[in-house]
Amino acid sequence: MNTAILLDAPTPLYKRLTSFDWVFAAILGAGAVYAYSQYAQNMDIYEAAFLFIFAGVFSYLGWVWKPLRTLILGVGAVSLLAIYNYHGDLSRANTAFFLKFLISSQSAVMWMSVLFFLAMFTYWFGLFKRSEFISKVASTLTWSAVFMGLVGMMVRWYESYLIAPDVGHIPVSNLYEVFILFCIINALLYLHYEGVYKTRQLGGFVLIVINAAVGFILWYTFGREASGIQPLVPALQSYWMKIHVPANFIGYGAFSLAAMVGSTYLLVERGILASRLPALAVLDDLMHKSIAIGFAFFTIATILGAVWAAEAWGGYWSWDPKETWALIVWLNYAAWLHLRMVKGLRGPILAWWAVIGLLVTTFAFLGVNMFLSGLHSYGEL
Amino acid sequence: MQQTSLGNKSIQKQFIELLSSMRFAVSMLTILGIASIIGTVLKQNEPYTNYIIKFGQFWFDAFETLGLYDVYHASWFLLILLFLVISTSLCVYRNTPLMLKEWRTYKAEATEKSLHNFSHRAEYTNTQPHSADLLARFLTARGFKFKTVTQTNGDTLLAAKAGTHQRLGYMFTHAAIVIISIGGLLDGNLPFKIQEMLGVKVIENRDVVESEVPAKSRMDWSNLSFRANMQLPEGASSDVAFIRIKDGYLVQDLPFSIGLKTFKIEHYATGQPKSFESDIVINDPELKTPITTKIRVNHPFTYKGVTIYQSDFQDGGTGLTVDMWDIFSTETRPALVEAKIFDEVKIGEQSNRLTAEFNDFRLFNILNLSPDGKGKPKNVGPNFTYKLRDSQGQAKEYISYMQPLRIDGHSYYISGMRETVQDEYKYLRIPLDDDMELASFMRYKSTLFDESLHAEIAKRTAKVALTDKQYNSEMRQNFEISAQQLLNTFRLGGYTELAKFIEKTVPKAERTSAAQTYIKIIQTAAFETYQLSRERANLPLAELNENSQLFVTDGLNAMSDLFFYGAPYYLQLSDFKQRQASGLQLTRSPGQAIVYIGSALLTLGIFAMLYIRERRIWLLVKPNSVLFGMSANRKNRDFEIEFEQTKADLGQIVSAQKTV
Ligand code: HEM
Repeated sequence: MNTAILLDAPTPLYKRLTSFDWVFAAILGAGAVYAYSQYAQNMDIYEAAFLFIFAGVFSYLGWVWKPLRTLILGVGAVSLLAIYNYHGDLSRANTAFFLKFLISSQSAVMWMSVLFFLAMFTYWFGLFKRSEFISKVASTLTWSAVFMGLVGMMVRWYESYLIAPDVGHIPVSNLYEVFILFCIINALLYLHYEGVYKTRQLGGFVLIVINAAVGFILWYTFGREASGIQPLVPALQSYWMKIHVPANFIGYGAFSLAAMVGSTYLLVERGILASRLPALAVLDDLMHKSIAIGFAFFTIATILGAVWAAEAWGGYWSWDPKETWALIVWLNYAAWLHLRMVKGLRGPILAWWAVIGLLVTTFAFLGVNMFLSGLHSYGEL
Repeated sequence: MQQTSLGNKSIQKQFIELLSSMRFAVSMLTILGIASIIGTVLKQNEPYTNYIIKFGQFWFDAFETLGLYDVYHASWFLLILLFLVISTSLCVYRNTPLMLKEWRTYKAEATEKSLHNFSHRAEYTNTQPHSADLLARFLTARGFKFKTVTQTNGDTLLAAKAGTHQRLGYMFTHAAIVIISIGGLLDGNLPFKIQEMLGVKVIENRDVVESEVPAKSRMDWSNLSFRANMQLPEGASSDVAFIRIKDGYLVQDLPFSIGLKTFKIEHYATGQPKSFESDIVINDPELKTPITTKIRVNHPFTYKGVTIYQSDFQDGGTGLTVDMWDIFSTETRPALVEAKIFDEVKIGEQSNRLTAEFNDFRLFNILNLSPDGKGKPKNVGPNFTYKLRDSQGQAKEYISYMQPLRIDGHSYYISGMRETVQDEYKYLRIPLDDDMELASFMRYKSTLFDESLHAEIAKRTAKVALTDKQYNSEMRQNFEISAQQLLNTFRLGGYTELAKFIEKTVPKAERTSAAQTYIKIIQTAAFETYQLSRERANLPLAELNENSQLFVTDGLNAMSDLFFYGAPYYLQLSDFKQRQASGLQLTRSPGQAIVYIGSALLTLGIFAMLYIRERRIWLLVKPNSVLFGMSANRKNRDFEIEFEQTKADLGQIVSAQKTV
């Protein structure tokens, strides 16, 4: 190796970008400008700002994590195709072939569900066969599931405007929608770490939780027939919702990932499947990283929630059950981080803690809506 | 974090050490978490009677003493928070100097000997003439800052650091916790609690006019933080708000008044509410012109540090014009009652005197009336609820819709009755004929309930029901007698009375067939009754068709149900003048800005702490060799990877690696 390279500052990101990177960013930028020119009169200042900030943020994310570029462009293209196919008429969801079987939001979500299910089995099969190829297929299936899920979300967003312009809203407002969001974010976080750690062996574990969520989505759709788009109650009509909810779900997704890595840790620690799974050190590190990212975003989400509450309910903190449980979840992981970082604790205790943490998190996410009453009424079971 | 020998410490110092220890902090975090759960499981701030019903007097008192009905303001809960704040403050206080030192220092005092003790180290032969310069370039390229120290023996030590801002993360997060808690405490009701303990203030729990609430239950403008409520009917204004607390309230005086011009609800096409909006006017002697503004959910307005929120809404005293029908009289016209919501009005004659308490009026009602429940919910127009209380104080509750509802393709007036709040309403369905007026049914009913007309009805019924031959025989008289008898039985208690009559007079074996015959007679008679009622009102006779027959049958059912309606009056809303009341919440929250600043600091701090990694590198350049040592305050996988990489890179730069 040429020592000169070692002595020079690393090339800055923008110099390392490929032409595809630039085209990608240009498309996002042009999309934002086009959307602004079309819909500026319907946006308030925050929405306009978000539009451009997100074009920037997603460009950056695509630059640092390359597969995102294809995903984002693909989702954009297919969503536009779906929108075009609607001809502004919602009933075409049941008549137009393409929409009915593939990319109306309901169908896309069903495809997502199927793909996640297949992906889980393929991951397990790959693990069992020790086959890199099969595991690669599983990764592709997971990417496809994420793809269909995102298309489903985007198209649903559009469909809500077809119901009536005043009904239109981002699909993060009820349990059905946030479960889809959860699946997507959890899978994306996993796929990211799959790339970073170059290990596909954990997919089967991580997808267990995702498929549980898929099961919930299916039950919600067929058992409860509750998958329809509902107009927003006044309290939810706020730009804060657009960032509070996704931030929260990055938190939930990351905690769930940590819990599944934690359970893998516990297996390996007992010698179960140890030869097929990553080393303890890797698992420990991954668990820590996902709790860290979850904690950071959960903090942001809780703060955003407080700011929103101050605007909607007249107080940034009302000790509403949902708020209180968010605090409990937060305290739980703060304690986890203290023990690890300050006390230097490692090993099965932290793994157990991460697993139990998921139970606490699940209660905060679902249990509160099911068993306790309060102001957070967006999703009652 | 800090090693201390306990032996020679004073008790005070030990105590402070305990407070600032991690173990204590984590215990406090855990206790806080568990304590918070209580308030999510037990519904907070309910009316006390609910708790008494739930727990019984003994447990109610016990829980009340523990402050479980408002856990988050209970003294012991505040005490936990206080300990947490103290603990964290002490922790910050004790660790900050250390952290600052770590943040600044290059640790250039490292020696050859200490480098040899590093767990992460390497040694290389030095083949380059200008190694120190090369290494300096390398460190800069990797984003390290360094200090060059020439040792006494002529060796050069490069002491480098990167990511020391992580230390700021610690200070930011923990200071943020303290700041947020202080902000929160400022917005709590601690000042009131102290005043309550000293007996300066007491909670008011009588139901009295606001002006009669004594000074010791009022908070003046010097109260820095409150969350209070104000109910304003349209057109009214007020300069006091109510702070709900425990089983009572406090009155919060304001230096300005808020008036409500109008309150508006908008709906989606599906009927769900879309927005709640109040047009308010703020009047303040200090203002030249009053402030007129609009508030809605998520869009509050702040004046003089008080943020005014749209919270809920109610009826504000809608004016009602009600037709009162006397059910069991033969009267065919209603009496008129004029009242407002919240009024109590005496209605009826001496013997049937009742008090009508008008409780609520709703302009918009979304119901799903499709038979299978799968159709779209629709707005069915206004309804109102009222109670009818008898002289014993017993009340029944009623709900009535102003407009007819379409059920299975036919129109009915609907009114529900229940005896207690826990019950479901039982509904009375009054049919309409083609005239679409309640009066048709009432005339029909009055005619049937008028015994003096039964002979005539029976006569007409016989004419329709009997063949000519039968009609001219003695059968006719028998028929008329029994028709009259049936009509009279029905008049006294509907189908129930009829069933009793059959039970009394017909042997068991023949009851079913008798019932069928009787019902047929009653129905035929009912049709004649209906025609007679129209004749007497100078209206053309009804055509005999499916609609009119259904009206007559449904009418009979309704009449029969009237006996279970529980009141001798049927109130039908004929006109209204809506007046709404808007529920505002007023919040004064001086701690909010502090909490937000703390939150921003917390976010910054957490990212710094989690995503900046502090690493240090020492390179001791000797004439023939280079000594490399590396450390981090968090030893993790990333660090190991970076160490290995650096070790290899350095080898490339200063030549082959010699020993480790
Ligand atoms: C309400 C109480 C507290 C909360 C919410 C809290 C929160 C946190 C958080 C979120 C972290 C970041 C962990 C990470 O780096 O990922 C942290 C780290 C830390 N906390 Fe606390 N903490 C609290 C109290 C305390 C107390 C009382 C101490 C005193 C011993 C303490 C000592 C530390 C230390 C030493 C670190 C690691 C700093 C470093 O090495 O960079 N914490 N804390």
